[in-house]
Amino acid sequence: MFERIMVPVDLTHAERLEKALLCAADLAAHYGATVIYVGVTTEQPSAIAHTPKEYAEKLSAFAADQAALRGISTEAKAYASHDPSIDLDPTLLKAMGEVNADLVVMASHIPNIADHWWPANGGSIATEAKISVMLVR
Amino acid sequence: MSDTSDDQGIPAPEGSADIIETDYVIGQDNIEKQIGPFGLDIHNPVFAISGLAVIVFVFYTLALPEQAGSVFSWLFDSVTKGFDWFFLGAANIFVIFCLLLIVTPVGSVRLGGADATPDYTYAGWFAMLFAAGMGIGLMFYGVSEPMSHFSSSIGGVAMGENGVRTDWAPLGGAEGNEEAATRLAFAATIFHWGLHPWAIYAVVALALALFSYNKGLPLTIRSAFYPILGERVWGWPGHIIDVLAVFATLFGLATSLGFGATQANAGLNELFGIPVSSTTEVILISAITAVALVSVLRGLDGGVKVLSEINMGLAFLLLVFVLLTGHTIALLTGFVDYLGAYLQYLPALSNPVGREDVNFMQGWTSFYWAWWISWSPFVGMFIARVSRGRTVREFIVCVLLIPSLVCVLWMSVFGGNAIQQVLNDGYTAAQDADLPVKLFKMLDVMPLASITSLIGIVLVIVFFVTSSDSGSLVIDTITAGGKVDAPVPQRVFWCVFEGAVAIVLLLSAGGLSSLQSMVISTGLPFTIVLLIMCWAIWRGLTAERRNT
Repeated sequence: MFERIMVPVDLTHAERLEKALLCAADLAAHYGATVIYVGVTTEQPSAIAHTPKEYAEKLSAFAADQAALRGISTEAKAYASHDPSIDLDPTLLKAMGEVNADLVVMASHIPNIADHWWPANGGSIATEAKISVMLVR
Repeated sequence: MSDTSDDQGIPAPEGSADIIETDYVIGQDNIEKQIGPFGLDIHNPVFAISGLAVIVFVFYTLALPEQAGSVFSWLFDSVTKGFDWFFLGAANIFVIFCLLLIVTPVGSVRLGGADATPDYTYAGWFAMLFAAGMGIGLMFYGVSEPMSHFSSSIGGVAMGENGVRTDWAPLGGAEGNEEAATRLAFAATIFHWGLHPWAIYAVVALALALFSYNKGLPLTIRSAFYPILGERVWGWPGHIIDVLAVFATLFGLATSLGFGATQANAGLNELFGIPVSSTTEVILISAITAVALVSVLRGLDGGVKVLSEINMGLAFLLLVFVLLTGHTIALLTGFVDYLGAYLQYLPALSNPVGREDVNFMQGWTSFYWAWWISWSPFVGMFIARVSRGRTVREFIVCVLLIPSLVCVLWMSVFGGNAIQQVLNDGYTAAQDADLPVKLFKMLDVMPLASITSLIGIVLVIVFFVTSSDSGSLVIDTITAGGKVDAPVPQRVFWCVFEGAVAIVLLLSAGGLSSLQSMVISTGLPFTIVLLIMCWAIWRGLTAERRNT
């Protein structure tokens, strides 16, 4: 049913993603799909990487680890953004088309009152995406 | 590839560069938590100190406006009188340093590593440089500064009883000589808007870009001090540098916002008869801050960049309009003539010691230098953020020379036209008006006055928005320990408080002069920071060179 599953990842907080990663891997194993990990980084140095290039390499390493760990086929795709606090959602929406995904599996927090003004990324992605989006809380 | 990659396999930036190896992880001192429904990611203690100080400052000035006003005027007097030589001397050093960078071999170092490519086109880049760097000031002073110097120069020298000059003329003035007074007026104006301010910006921007893009350190002011302070830069010395930068930015911005509000108010009064009062100004600042919030929420590419480009288009139209419908021939010849006058008077105007024109030197030049310096962390960080991929030489030429020339053009056209109106048409309304009104008086006797005045007001307001927006972005980055992806509510906090500081300072007893005195006082310590920064840049650049 699904061939390419996109999983947005925040390498800074990889531990919070565990449920989403596992879920995506199970789906991939079930349907024989490929998981594509998509990361958005800043062009300025961050806690994870000094440069966008270094970030891309770390993301590829992460994808390779996941492939070995879960026995699935994986890819990685990194994006650099001028202003990731604001541009995260549009970048992820663009990524869906570019990696040719047919399902997004995404970690999200439990909605709270602030989500009325600043919707969570997962929520707004699900609203705007043309493909299926699975939010894992 | 550079040979500095460490065991964890951290590669160099794109192409060779000289990554500084440090155990510091960006954001390691940050407090990341959920306060109520809002996520926070702030540097401890930089955010707490600067945030609390600003809140205390706002309440103190509101509670005791009289006392605050007298404190501000005392500060203004003591700093401008005692440290005028320091501001002038430091600014000269920045210019010389930048010119040296153009001609020395380190000019070929590329920001972001040898293979980095620029993120923005020249047009988008310049639009943002200007909108962030000078916007409101160009609108406020474009007519009023050349006109003020012209009037004071032609009035000549006046001696007080104690042998100190009481006139405001630059240098020796030009009593009764219209042509000489015009040239002197433009030399002085261009001096304040040309090489010196842009050299100040270039130093900060270069330091930030170099230490962030090439050395892999966080995008905060303290990173530039790594070659001098080493690992201590992550401790208290670094905290102090960053807090100073936040203060300077906040008060520098508030001053410009205050100028913007008074000028927009003056324009609305001219056009629609809306009364000039502090109530109107408070409403204006609040309303424009609200618009800035929308821009903040749209981000760098969707907010600031778009608005900057719109504003550049509008400003260019207004410039062409004044040029074509004004005294065209005189303005065109004036551009070359005034540029010559600038070069001719530059040595005398930039001389830091033994000056007789104390009012001009302290009231204009020192204030300007302090203002530019207080803006420098903000403009510098903004320039750094959009300048990745340029070489140092290209960077300095573009940040120093081209904006200077554009300022010369702007001032020659706007100020020149107003002075021509006095000399040729005998129209003196612009000469007689208060500073914020001069622009509108000049436009008044030209065709389509109501439309151009409206464009003028729109320009002031949009420049206000871009300054407030990019300022919030910068302060947020510094107070988040160099993280550029901190939660958006923090930017909203700073945007609101910039407006609040501008409002309380305008309401305090001194009004605009309170703003100016805060700028001067926060600019002074930051000047020292900038001087040390030049040395750090040199160290950093020569290290790059060895690796290429």
